[in-house]
Amino acid sequence: MSSATIQYNTRSDYRKRKNRLFYWLVIAMSAITVSPILLIIYKLIIQGYKQINWSFFTKVAPNTLEAMTANAQGEVIPGGILNGITGTFLIVVMAAIIAIPVGIMIGLFLYENQGKRFASIVRDISDILQGVPSIVLGLIAYMWVVKPVTHGFSALAGSVALAIMMLPLIIRSTEETMKMIPTSLKEAGLALGVPYYKVILRVLIPTGFSGLSTGILLAISRIIGETAPLMLTTLGSSAVNWDLTKPTSAIPLLVWEFYNDPNMANLIWSSSLFLMGFVLVLNIISKRIAAKQNR
Amino acid sequence: MKSDKIFKYLLFSASFLVIIVAAGMVFTLSSGAIPAFKEFGLKFIISNQWNPTEGRESYGALPFIAGTVITSVIALLLCIPLAFSTSLFIAEYFYKKRVAMFLSTMVDLLAGIPSIVYGLWGFYVLRPFIVELGLSPQGYGIFTASLILAIMIIPYATSLSSEIISMVPNDLKEAAYAMGATRLEVIFNVILPNARSGIFASFILAFGRALGETMAVTMLIGNSNIVPTGLFQTGNTMASVIANQFGEADGLKLSSLIAIGLILFVITGLINAIGKLIIKKLA
Amino acid sequence: MNENIDRVDNPIIKIENLSIAYDKDKFAVKDINVEIEKNAVTAIMGPSGCGKSTLLRAINRMHELYPQIETKGDILLKDENIMDMSTIMLRRKIGMVFQRPNPFPTMSIYDNVIAGYKLNGIKLKKNDRDQIVEESLISVALWDEVKDTLFKKGSFLSGGQQQRLCIARTIAYKPDVILLDEPTSALDPIATARVEDLLVKLKKDYTIVLVTHNMSQAARISDKSMFMYMGNLIEYGNTMKMFTNPRNPKTEQYLTGKFG
Repeated sequence: MSSATIQYNTRSDYRKRKNRLFYWLVIAMSAITVSPILLIIYKLIIQGYKQINWSFFTKVAPNTLEAMTANAQGEVIPGGILNGITGTFLIVVMAAIIAIPVGIMIGLFLYENQGKRFASIVRDISDILQGVPSIVLGLIAYMWVVKPVTHGFSALAGSVALAIMMLPLIIRSTEETMKMIPTSLKEAGLALGVPYYKVILRVLIPTGFSGLSTGILLAISRIIGETAPLMLTTLGSSAVNWDLTKPTSAIPLLVWEFYNDPNMANLIWSSSLFLMGFVLVLNIISKRIAAKQNR
Repeated sequence: MKSDKIFKYLLFSASFLVIIVAAGMVFTLSSGAIPAFKEFGLKFIISNQWNPTEGRESYGALPFIAGTVITSVIALLLCIPLAFSTSLFIAEYFYKKRVAMFLSTMVDLLAGIPSIVYGLWGFYVLRPFIVELGLSPQGYGIFTASLILAIMIIPYATSLSSEIISMVPNDLKEAAYAMGATRLEVIFNVILPNARSGIFASFILAFGRALGETMAVTMLIGNSNIVPTGLFQTGNTMASVIANQFGEADGLKLSSLIAIGLILFVITGLINAIGKLIIKKLA
Repeated sequence: MNENIDRVDNPIIKIENLSIAYDKDKFAVKDINVEIEKNAVTAIMGPSGCGKSTLLRAINRMHELYPQIETKGDILLKDENIMDMSTIMLRRKIGMVFQRPNPFPTMSIYDNVIAGYKLNGIKLKKNDRDQIVEESLISVALWDEVKDTLFKKGSFLSGGQQQRLCIARTIAYKPDVILLDEPTSALDPIATARVEDLLVKLKKDYTIVLVTHNMSQAARISDKSMFMYMGNLIEYGNTMKMFTNPRNPKTEQYLTGKFG
């Protein structure tokens, strides 16, 4: 073979080898990326399942003395996270009540007014709101609700902070869902002499129902694990509380309390596992709904 | 029609509400921060004092700004190769194949893990690991915090990047293949230049996300109010100090914390705005 | 006045000096004067962009969806100005069928047919409802095909069946006039033929106005034809006459395929 051909071949080999190497590098990196989630879930399950029993769901969190005694005797810590479960429920439901109607209305507004200047501004502001760190929202809710309205830490303040977090997500998913509905459906409704708002409420929204629910479920799964804003707004409570104007517990807050108390260490994993499980379930449900829609 | 008018007005008011909320946020943060700025002036931003003792109170934001920026930058640097590889995996190498869908779902799950769970895992698993490697006596510090932060922001960088990469027109790629280019060469000579700004924007947005992270960082950074000078030194971030010190804060201390919140708000707002602007320009 | 526009013996709709502009001075429809014959099939033809859809949608005021549209002139339905009526009333009397079949996806076939009543909150006794549904579906030759699946959603129907369902939905509301905007362009030839037969049958009880870009369709089923070009009404008269002996050179050019 001539030297020119040899050179060509080695150059081509070199490129091929580089190519192969990069391919395996990408695979390796991707595997590394995925590993944390597998490791985390593994850790949660392994350490957490021991504490999950019936009283986990029905008893309130133990105090530190009870935990210390149980640890000393090598027993399972008594009590559960009932105050956290009810607290999270109260706060999240309230946040949803605030955010869902407002978010859908704004999403409808943006859908109606595509291309108009005011709508662009609203959309941009919604995007900015989405990027605000959750701790800052906690500060805001503190100053808007804890001080002037409820004169103290309260579930309502927490709901306000979480509602502001949910809002941009719901707005965006509503607008996107509406945009995907064929306009001929709207026209068909109007051509039957139905007033516009009725066409929206009784034709378009039902048609877009799965898209809207997906957005709402994702927004909820986003806020359910939030700790920081709640630390500044609802503080926590050792008892089950249904009063919106009083401090309330929440599952992430309990996890934080357990973390800070060395006696409660074992409870951390079970409560985190429960929290993660919830988030996962919500995610899976919304993916299912989205998939059904696209079928 | 009357009912339509009422309906349109209702939607308009809701939208106006959003603007009021945003404006209200700026106003509240600013007015809450004024006492601190009045007392310390703009030196607040570059002062590294944090002394809550009565009668000699002095607060400054520098350690926290430094901590926030440093951890976020390191997190971004760690995240870039991982996120880039993963988005190539999903959008190029195994595009639309089942394994890519699986990976994509896994990455989504990463985004769904609450910050506090990351913090726990970092504390109980990562930290001992760092200690074992002999990098730091207790495992707290900038590096550990940045590491967990990097894992947390990967999904944000990946999802947008993979979308951008998948949008690179096929005929450009095919032209390059037809000239005998290898996959690697197509990626770096065709896809990357084409998707450059989109990928850049995704990293900026991930960076913005890292700036505001609270719980995981608080649990790993060591909470010392100094400007860190070494990779494995402890430090603090704006979000963490607010979370930690908020408890019984009032008066000047509270105002200082709010001022820090304002600074955080402004910085994240700017970064996100830049990222969104780049994306808008792409469209 | 354009002498190529015939008057009509029994007009149900009169369009007088109608001009429609999208954008300050971009006129989609320019100064049109025409009468629509009752209980006849009238076809509106013309090349793309000639304004035929705009004209059609003006008749039931659908163009008001776009507030930047300006309209001049009048349209009279049975000598009543449509601008004086509420859109609810107007659209009871004038129904519309669209190019893409669009049955409401979240409603059953049954509910789709009486959607006009349901969505407008008009309560009917069950017997009346059943009767309306059955009669409408029989009229569009769908009854036998769906009578056992009335309460299922209509998404499993074929394109042609869905379009006939939309027509049933329109006639269930008992309008005087039915407007159709290229109703068969999304359908296969067999479905198209069935819809065309249906329209010819329906003209006994309704006035049919349809926009079509398919000349042969106009020739097949319409009694009267309008030819539009660049917003102007060029010619209007009996279909047979217009096709065999067009009066305006533009009409002839269009009919012989010189432009489309």
